[in-house]
Amino acid sequence: MKDIIKRLTECYGPSGCETAVRDLIRAELPKGAEARVDALGSLIVHRKGTDGGRKVMLAAHMDEIGIVVTHVDQKGFLRFGSVGGVGALPLMGGRVRFADGTTGVIGLEKLEDPARVPSLEKFYIDVGAKGRDDCAVKVGDVACFQRPFEEIGGRLVAKAMDDRIGCAILVQTLKELGKSPHDLFFVFTVQEEVGLRGAAASGYGVEPEIAVAVDITLTGDTPECAPMALTLGGGPAVKIKDSGMLSHGGVRDWLIRTAENAGIPFQREVLVRGTTDACAIQTTRAGVPAGCVSIPTRYTHSPSEIVDYGDVLAAVKLLGSALAGPIDIG
Amino acid sequence: MLLQRLSEAHGVSGREEEVRSIILNEIRGRVDECRVDGLGNLIARKKGTGVSLLRVLAAAHMDEVGLMVTLVEDSGLLRFAKVGGIDDRVLPARAVLVGAKKVPGVIGIKPVHLTDKAERDKVIEWKQLTIDIGASSRAEAERLVQRGDCAVFATDFRELAGTGSAWKTVQGKAFDDRAGCAILAELLKERFPFDLVAAFTVQEEVGLRGARVAAYAENPDAAVVLECTGANEVPSKLDISPSTRLGGGPAITIRDNNFIADPRLVELFGAAARELGMAHQFKQPNIGGTDAAAIQRVRAGVAAITLAVPARYIHSPAAIMDMNDFANTLTLAREALLRLPEALRA
Repeated sequence: MKDIIKRLTECYGPSGCETAVRDLIRAELPKGAEARVDALGSLIVHRKGTDGGRKVMLAAHMDEIGIVVTHVDQKGFLRFGSVGGVGALPLMGGRVRFADGTTGVIGLEKLEDPARVPSLEKFYIDVGAKGRDDCAVKVGDVACFQRPFEEIGGRLVAKAMDDRIGCAILVQTLKELGKSPHDLFFVFTVQEEVGLRGAAASGYGVEPEIAVAVDITLTGDTPECAPMALTLGGGPAVKIKDSGMLSHGGVRDWLIRTAENAGIPFQREVLVRGTTDACAIQTTRAGVPAGCVSIPTRYTHSPSEIVDYGDVLAAVKLLGSALAGPIDIG
Repeated sequence: MLLQRLSEAHGVSGREEEVRSIILNEIRGRVDECRVDGLGNLIARKKGTGVSLLRVLAAAHMDEVGLMVTLVEDSGLLRFAKVGGIDDRVLPARAVLVGAKKVPGVIGIKPVHLTDKAERDKVIEWKQLTIDIGASSRAEAERLVQRGDCAVFATDFRELAGTGSAWKTVQGKAFDDRAGCAILAELLKERFPFDLVAAFTVQEEVGLRGARVAAYAENPDAAVVLECTGANEVPSKLDISPSTRLGGGPAITIRDNNFIADPRLVELFGAAARELGMAHQFKQPNIGGTDAAAIQRVRAGVAAITLAVPARYIHSPAAIMDMNDFANTLTLAREALLRLPEALRA
């Protein structure tokens, strides 16, 4: 599974520019899979149930954070704004990649007060242009952060683990899943990082009975971090709540019960800040019982997001087990 | 001139009746169906040639930013709240018109003789301001206005500059988005390959509320939002892009603060402008938001884009717009709409 994780995380796909990721996922789908692309660009893969099952939607988002060019100055330097939640701290000296493969280096103006974290306006991107006329990049062009996938210890580090790891888990689940009575919709959504936009539309379109998002979450196991009862390697997390959603109790308990019965390690997640596609799906149409399986991740929204490979494999097992048998959400 | 009548009409969010009736009178003869929905959106349908079965929505919002009377004081002065995004700095000493009777008033401020420098250097928060309609008591004021009445800036539409200028500028209030309304009304003269649904929406300035329900009801495949957007190229010191430039032609949104335009439509509008040999611009990313954000996200999603006329000093008592930009926005909207079925097939 590391190969697909590597390819997915190294793929270009900031919010609104998910085509390459979508193509990659499409190529990985089992032969004959029924797939369509909705109006906003989300990929919806339908796997028919054998009989008498529930209509379940699983969602992972294809998009990643990035930057959008707002100005090309006379010397050919680019000014930029954020696509999704981009913090200033990891930027300086980093590299970005545009859709056409152009690489840029992030630079920073001289700071009046180096002790203060600068705003994004203080940064610029150098694409090696000698002047505005020499610069192939235009206002409105979008770039992702560039960083190779690596394995360090039993952990995987890459840009865009958020949420390509969720995409990889869904693809793997789809490949490994045997017979399931349920009507399953594996949905790879767009524009999550800018406001859960794709999931809201595809949730409406799919009209599921039950929805589960697969996304990353934070951890509380690094030096002097904000307290949080999640550790890397402690197993995938079943979401209780985050700042946008209270998981449906029945969905939550179904996932926990599945993990317990199958002997899969898991953790209970309460996320103070942040939310997932499940939040948007939950309130489509007349409401959808929704929950989330989360992968504990360090250094989220930086170009080096770390996950534990064991957690990833356990998440695939958890989803597979949950979808194999009858679903009771009370 | 329709734009002048629309600009001078009163239509603070939630009170769009006057604007709606002007538009209704204007378009009645050129559309096949017309209705007003539960929130007050005016929705008109113009049958197409039938070549394309696409459902296409074009939208422009009727409402403008303004003020609402919250309290009539014993003194006869009116306390107010802001409706929509208004910078406190543009309020003091402005002439306004209050309520359905269009009662004239002024937002009071002490004269320069009675203030010291420290006071003058501070921005007065809107909560500290009142509208003075010249009433000597509460009872007198209440004969003319009531709590809940809305007020707009008292601004006449006028043509500026003219001779020798490359620009054909006009000045007025509420070009955001009466310019869009005027363009949309004009577009309804055309017969497109598809049925065109025009939504003149309410309550955009307070959260894109009208557009959401209009789009839900119409369930379109694609949507074009016609807007008026801020131009801020004056004065420019640093080497930094303006959000848009006056006289720079129609502004196409690639992405703004709460919306990413469908890339096929961005390409369509850009290509149409290039083919027409028309100056056009891409609005600086990550600024503002329009009805397109709400429309894009109804039901299972809608391919959407925003096309805007640039104007300086929007959301203030008087904006300045170039009528060449206005005319070109109309032309580009029409030409791009005619080619829309092809663009979405790709």
